[in-house]
Amino acid sequence: MELEHSAEPAALSRMGNMRPKTPRRHGLRKLYRQRHIQIMALLGIAWIILFNYVPMYGIIIAFKDYRIIKSIAEASWVGFEHFKAFFEDDNFANVMKNTLGISLIKLIVGFPLPIIFALFLNEIRSLRYKKAIQTISYLPHFLSWVVLGGILTTWLADVGIINDILLALNLIQEPISYLAEPDYFWGIIITSDIWKELGWSAIIYLAAISSVPPDLYEAATIDGAGRFQKMWYVTLPSIKATISILFILAVSGVLNSNFDQILVLRNALNESASNVIDIYVYQTGMLSGRFSYSTAVGLFKSVIALILLLIANSVTKKLNNTSLF
Amino acid sequence: MLSLNRKTRGEAIFDLLNNLGMLLICFVTLYPIWYVVVNSLNEGMDGMRGGIYWWPRVFSFENYTAVFRNPGIMLAMGVTVAKTLLGTVLHVFFTAMVAYAFSRRELIGGKIYIFIGTVTLFFGGGLIPTYLLMRDLHLLDNFLVYIIPVMFSFFDLIIFMTFFREIPDGLEEAAEMDGAHDWSIFVRIIIPVSLPVIATISLFHGVYQWNDYFTGVIYMNNMDLQPIQTYLYRVVAQSSSNQMVAQIPGGVGKTVTSQSIKLATMVVTTMPIVFVYPFLQRYFVKGMMIGSIKG
Repeated sequence: MELEHSAEPAALSRMGNMRPKTPRRHGLRKLYRQRHIQIMALLGIAWIILFNYVPMYGIIIAFKDYRIIKSIAEASWVGFEHFKAFFEDDNFANVMKNTLGISLIKLIVGFPLPIIFALFLNEIRSLRYKKAIQTISYLPHFLSWVVLGGILTTWLADVGIINDILLALNLIQEPISYLAEPDYFWGIIITSDIWKELGWSAIIYLAAISSVPPDLYEAATIDGAGRFQKMWYVTLPSIKATISILFILAVSGVLNSNFDQILVLRNALNESASNVIDIYVYQTGMLSGRFSYSTAVGLFKSVIALILLLIANSVTKKLNNTSLF
Repeated sequence: MLSLNRKTRGEAIFDLLNNLGMLLICFVTLYPIWYVVVNSLNEGMDGMRGGIYWWPRVFSFENYTAVFRNPGIMLAMGVTVAKTLLGTVLHVFFTAMVAYAFSRRELIGGKIYIFIGTVTLFFGGGLIPTYLLMRDLHLLDNFLVYIIPVMFSFFDLIIFMTFFREIPDGLEEAAEMDGAHDWSIFVRIIIPVSLPVIATISLFHGVYQWNDYFTGVIYMNNMDLQPIQTYLYRVVAQSSSNQMVAQIPGGVGKTVTSQSIKLATMVVTTMPIVFVYPFLQRYFVKGMMIGSIKG
């Protein structure tokens, strides 16, 4: 995150060019001269404060007993009551198991696949063919989770194609209602997520690969390296930094189960496998109206995510000198 | 390119397998969508028997006629089109404007502003505090809830800012010499030279607006203002455990089923994006790069 801009000299010389006759301008005058861009910037800051910081202030209801009829300030403090209630809740173990289970499998299976796809796609010789494959591979990314949910319910229906195939192969004797069985839920979630995002996630890696200097490959060819060796010894090390950064982000998002996806596919019958933190927050907050409790669960999640981000960042920094910040 | 001329047998086998693998990936990507399309083009009652894999068994446009004649679906489509157009224009204009101000190096307080924004990348208020804010702002059951709370994104600001910083200063200075002030420099000079990044952000935000269903689920009880994705969500989520729970909209031929209408609605909903994205490909590939490397 290179956000700093330390280019005062450039700015000064630019101002200098403009008004060479007034070398000493004090702050107020400078501020007045840039009033238009100040207004633009402050409109943005006002928006950020209203829509990002006011909800952050609202988090204090996690430590209060907020009732909808009173204001946030009026509600009485209860300390860590709601957090304790969450840790002691019957749902706690199940929610954590589902969240971490789905995310870790996604991380282990779903993270390397786009890299592998990018490596092999890069080896396709015909440029037009390569481009066509890429275009097709993006397509599912542009489907909404609702539409994908509709596709899945169609595929997995009693008269859907999955049951048809398994019945035809005599692997099952009667159709299975996959979305009504908790046992299949994780598999459905992870497979459909990979299907949707494989090509899209590969974009960044392909971009990184395309900037690998060609003479590295030529040198490797002269040394007698085969295709696999070049992929392993040239391409992969060249995109290590990109992989690290995306890995940091993936690790910090481990508690971020794909809410939009799971909300579409969950139902009362698969609840024991589909109740992840985000869904639990939605259910307790929006459907049961336990505003304070739900906010406490959400805060617990954000804090863990932030800690994970810092850990992942410092680990990759130590290992190969790349980091997010 | 030595390897092009001297293709060994190992290389040839590698190329063959790699090409076959890629073809397989393309098939796996496209077929699930094709399956839905052919089923949506099949007569609904007949489709309930299943077994339609490659081509409609009893070809029929009934399902699509039913979709286009359903006032509820058409209204929801209208809401989606309106929120996508209005939302995208406002998001791009507002975020670009703030980014332009942030990109000016002489901006007093610029570092503080950027810090204030960066915090929002790592921490947020969460579901309930955000909901309470929307309630207090009277945005519940209000069309503007689709527009104003997503009018700005700090992540997109970074992409814009990175682009604006690479615009040669001379361009702006010349305009300043001519007495143009910052607003007109932004509108008349910065925007026209920034079309690639504007296309990228427009596509990203447009797709978000088009595909978002949760905003409608959580903030909208007024059915007349729900977008098509929220409408579909209510149909799909209801039927995820039981195929036939969904209601068949009225005024429709006898062969149409709730399932076949659902499929046709899904296809109609998805078409616009599928036709647009290949043409914007070169923009978003570039945008992803800026977003990932500099972001």
